[in-house]
Amino acid sequence: MSTTAAVDLDVAQYCLRLGDDALVLAQRLSEWSARSPQLEEDVALMNVALDLLGQARNLLTLAGDREGRGRSEDDLAFLRDETDFVNAQIVELDNGDFGQTMARQLLVSAYHLPLWQALASSADEGLAGIAGKAVKEVAYHLDHARSWLVRLGDGTEESHRRAQAGLDAVWPYAAELFETDELLSGLVERGVAADPARLEPQWRATVEAVLAEATLKVPETTWRPSGGRRGQHTEAFGYLLAEMQHLHRSHPGGRW
Amino acid sequence: MTEGSSFTSAGGHGAVPTTDVPVDEGGFPGSQPLWEVFVRSKRGLSHTHAGSLHAPDAHMALRNARDLYTRRQEGVSIWVVRAADVVASSPDEKDAFFDPAGDKPYRHPTFYEVPAEVKNL
Repeated sequence: MSTTAAVDLDVAQYCLRLGDDALVLAQRLSEWSARSPQLEEDVALMNVALDLLGQARNLLTLAGDREGRGRSEDDLAFLRDETDFVNAQIVELDNGDFGQTMARQLLVSAYHLPLWQALASSADEGLAGIAGKAVKEVAYHLDHARSWLVRLGDGTEESHRRAQAGLDAVWPYAAELFETDELLSGLVERGVAADPARLEPQWRATVEAVLAEATLKVPETTWRPSGGRRGQHTEAFGYLLAEMQHLHRSHPGGRW
Repeated sequence: MTEGSSFTSAGGHGAVPTTDVPVDEGGFPGSQPLWEVFVRSKRGLSHTHAGSLHAPDAHMALRNARDLYTRRQEGVSIWVVRAADVVASSPDEKDAFFDPAGDKPYRHPTFYEVPAEVKNL
């Protein structure tokens, strides 16, 4: 990863958004550790969480680099407060049951795949470098979520009911992933960022195909919660951050 | 007991009797079949038994195997086989199966002169 590139606050903020998405989702998925429906799934979910954590580390390091104020990945992950985080709200939502967790994973992974595919040719070489590895990882996350959602949706009456309920709960939050603003459109123009307007049709095609196979209904909603990119978060987020940051803040600079 | 087919490899520890053994018919995940996992560590080598796991079907068994047995780059190829489909030799037949080979050293290729220039054989 380049450490010589010039300071670029827009790129830094974009990396922070992507990094916070990955970090917060990794933290949420980690809550399933030792609580998964089966031992095999425990390992599978932690693999997904660790992939995302690895992406987050690279992205936060890159964000600190482009920001040029000497903040490390740890500074950014553990020493920012709730309103400084710019992740989309969908990744911070409580896990719910396993069906809901898999529904969210489908929606996020189906966004991550075309995102990282596009970023592989980003004008920012740091981002392009991260994308090369991330594409393979999120392709597997998508396959994993798809496999489960099809089995839950097209499984028993109870698994179908719960998968649909989980999907309905997380669905409105997906819209935020495709929002655009001045910063993003500027970066798209420079060839640095992926254009959300081009990602959404790919996302929708993937998700709708999986839901059809899973015999699940595409939820209909006009409610579009938003604000994560501006530091506005749901009630659940503060508790997540408290748990995630507690150790680092109690023992500043601690190592093992 | 002499019928090999009344044994399975279930559990990955060789022959395990399948008759007169209480089977867990309970809920998730006991109700899911057991699969044996074989991993090829690199091209040119054979698939080797790595362990076993539970999964509802072959598709998920392959994915679980990927997550459980190749997370440290142990493999380039995976086979999964339903444990119930593996026919295993019976411990009771051990003597008849394996002992007769014990006194036949001429079956080992140890009676050839290996030229000094040959490094790998």
